[in-house]
Amino acid sequence: MSALPYADFILLGIFALVVGVTIAGALIAALSTRIIRGVSGLMMCCVGLSGLYYFLNSPFLALMEILIYVGAVCVTIVFGVMLSEPDEPAQQETRRHTLLWGGSALLVCLAIVIGIAHLGVSGPWPEPAARVGDGSVAAIGVALLTTYSLPFELISLVLLVAILGALVIARSGRTKE
Amino acid sequence: MNLLQLHQRPAVFLVVAAILLAVGIYGLIRRRTLIGMLIAGELIFSAASLNFMAVNRFFAPDPAVGQIVVLFIMGLAAAEVAIALSIIIAVYRNYRSIRSNDISELKG
Repeated sequence: MSALPYADFILLGIFALVVGVTIAGALIAALSTRIIRGVSGLMMCCVGLSGLYYFLNSPFLALMEILIYVGAVCVTIVFGVMLSEPDEPAQQETRRHTLLWGGSALLVCLAIVIGIAHLGVSGPWPEPAARVGDGSVAAIGVALLTTYSLPFELISLVLLVAILGALVIARSGRTKE
Repeated sequence: MNLLQLHQRPAVFLVVAAILLAVGIYGLIRRRTLIGMLIAGELIFSAASLNFMAVNRFFAPDPAVGQIVVLFIMGLAAAEVAIALSIIIAVYRNYRSIRSNDISELKG
């Protein structure tokens, strides 16, 4: 029993909004000509994705998605845009060329959507025999420090190397000759 | 098919993930700047994460495993973005351009 009247409809509306924001953000990110709009589209897509994670019973990952993607990744890309060109260069290829390559790329992507969606909808997805654990934040923390401690340490090593490598690569060329 | 229980059907999430993957690949093919290609790559990462989460929620015995995998994917994506942006900035300093057509010589 739900307390609110029409609670199911409200839930369906929120779910449709979240799915719409995700797909619209992805389309903006892939199709807009100005790069900064693409970054904003990526932000929209990540906010929608965090809503989808919430619907998938994982509020912790919804929080992490906003924290890491919107807060860190997108802001870093905005810095990259500020330090380089703000715009996508003007179209140089001929119209026929554009039609050919855009059409073939569109064809490939349509094939991917139809193929994978067909797999997802029709494939035999067996229900698990028994469920263990509840997937709460406490369970995630325990699993990270026991079963998955080696990948956890490896990820921290990868992040350290990535930070050092990024500093080294971006710094070269700034020294006075 | 009950339309009101749409958010409890795994197929919806899997189809959204397929759309994200396809849009990301389209962007990766058609974008003409390095940062645009980086953004499209992030979309592909998101598609993978959403797929993991959907399968984790509906078909996995232990719902903590998929969340941990998605956390690892987020960490790898953050590292990838840091490295890729520093490479892009270094390229921009050398070539004064981030168009993928201009960067055509090795050891420039």
